[in-house]
Amino acid sequence: MTTPPTLAIEATGLVKDFGSTRAVDGVDLAVRSGSVYGVLGPNGAGKTTTIRMLATLLRPDGGEARVLGHDIVSEADAVRGHVSLTGQLASVDEDLTGRENLVLLGRLLGLRRGAAKARAAELLDAFGLIDAAARLVKHYSGGMRRRLDIAASIVVTPQVMFLDEPTTGLDPRSRNQVWDIIRALAAEGTTILLCTQYLDEADQLAEGIAVIDHGRVIAEGTPGQLKASVGLGALHVRLLDPEQRPEAERLLSRELDVVHLEPDPAALSAPCADADRGAQAVAELSRAGVGIADFSLGQPSLDEVFLALTGHPAEDQTTDAIEEEQAA
Amino acid sequence: MSTAPPTRAGASSVPEEAAVRKALSSTPRPPRPSALAAALTFGWRGMLKVKHVPEQLLDVTITPVMFVLLFTYLFGGAIAGSTGDYLDFILPGILVMSVLFTTVYSGVALNTDLTKGVVDRFRSLPIWRPAPLVGALLGDSVRYVVAGTVIIVLGVVLGFRPDAGVPGVLGALTLVVAFAFGFSWVFTTLGLLMRSPNAVMNAGFMALFPITFLSNVFVDPETLPAALEGFVDVNPISHLVTASRDLMEGDPGLGEIGVALGTAAVLTAVFAPLTARLYRTRV
Repeated sequence: MTTPPTLAIEATGLVKDFGSTRAVDGVDLAVRSGSVYGVLGPNGAGKTTTIRMLATLLRPDGGEARVLGHDIVSEADAVRGHVSLTGQLASVDEDLTGRENLVLLGRLLGLRRGAAKARAAELLDAFGLIDAAARLVKHYSGGMRRRLDIAASIVVTPQVMFLDEPTTGLDPRSRNQVWDIIRALAAEGTTILLCTQYLDEADQLAEGIAVIDHGRVIAEGTPGQLKASVGLGALHVRLLDPEQRPEAERLLSRELDVVHLEPDPAALSAPCADADRGAQAVAELSRAGVGIADFSLGQPSLDEVFLALTGHPAEDQTTDAIEEEQAA
Repeated sequence: MSTAPPTRAGASSVPEEAAVRKALSSTPRPPRPSALAAALTFGWRGMLKVKHVPEQLLDVTITPVMFVLLFTYLFGGAIAGSTGDYLDFILPGILVMSVLFTTVYSGVALNTDLTKGVVDRFRSLPIWRPAPLVGALLGDSVRYVVAGTVIIVLGVVLGFRPDAGVPGVLGALTLVVAFAFGFSWVFTTLGLLMRSPNAVMNAGFMALFPITFLSNVFVDPETLPAALEGFVDVNPISHLVTASRDLMEGDPGLGEIGVALGTAAVLTAVFAPLTARLYRTRV
């Protein structure tokens, strides 16, 4: 083929300790230039610590990483010249207005006063914040704050953008808006490293995903590969009449092979990779006169991914508490 | 049944992908700002906060105003024979005190910043590393001037007429603000070490009350027990107060001014690098 794609982010064996706790335990990452890469894991798995090291806010205790070819320790200043960070806590100043936040960052990035003001106006407009421009950020909703946060990250177009759980705590509408923004950013060629707890978020946005658990990358691949390796989604069905469950079980197992009986006497579930087959199975039930209260066909949740990959569910892990303590 | 078409509530406030793309594609990276420009921008940020929450100036001026009124009218007669004489004595001291109290808020503000995510963004910017700190203190210096001006204006209203007039007063104010700039590095260090803004405030005032009261702000040290007098005489704040009094009286002593500025320089030399280091390394 032609020349191999260049890597925007390259990490080998990154380690970070907080006291006696190893928050990041040898993380390797390779993120292609211009791609969206998801880092998926539960709270405290080491996602935030990894991103903070890559953004030069934390010094790694071991391993090394390069962002756009610059070493994150010895060439930290060069790294800072090309990246921007949207942290888990909104990285904007709550005591200023939305407009002032953007002008402040424009000035700090080297824009002249007039240019900084013009840029702020342009971003407020693009991100639907023009009506709230003169309001203090502490009075913003969660979604507005996130949008401002992302706008602040692109006052000057970054080559690499770190997004740490950009939609945690947002309602579905705000979440979709943030997703649209991320897609637009990616379409313009910005490399994005996206930390998230949600498999569907990584699935929607990222072309590559690393699953991280207890500070280690435990699986890596495209969303499709990952889901395939995890054992797919599941069809959940709840019947109107529990009496009909044996009949439903018989019909479903003909379509989908393995059927589980849930603790709820009216409910069944079956692993199901293929939406068409799932739909067919449901249709089969109603054709046979089995009354269905509700059904769903879901992707595997993060929990299921974790269960499949690690054998333990994705419980909150301990390092988050430590990170918060250190940050307090 | 309503026949109105479904409206997209707040459609105008929804970011449009095309607009986002346009906003994204248009800004090349300018050359990074100079150290001074970055620091001044952070100073501007401090000013904006005062603009949005002017009450924070009230906090730091009410106590000194109370002290002026309380000490002048309650103790003035007893300490100095007349309230007018005492006002001449106490006002430069209260000026020092009120400005120094304001410095605690530099530490409080820094600590408050750290509890928010915004510091992460500042630290991920390609700017002169200490710019946020130096800039914040430059901004705070404006607050020191405001706090000082309030006290001087109050004094003039109550009948304070310094011999050296306006130039003397301005000289004293400049000296006090310069000292405060150095002194506030102590509180920025404290602000990076303590766990909460309230803890910084409490620790700050706990330190400031004895150090300002055990000086020549309120009384002539010669009336004190010998051990205490010894402390008061070496207390740099006493020297600052004396220098301010002398400036206002038109009889500036270079020695006292030198001690005050020297102390400020030493505090800056020790605590500014310490603050910068803590700010850089704190998780």
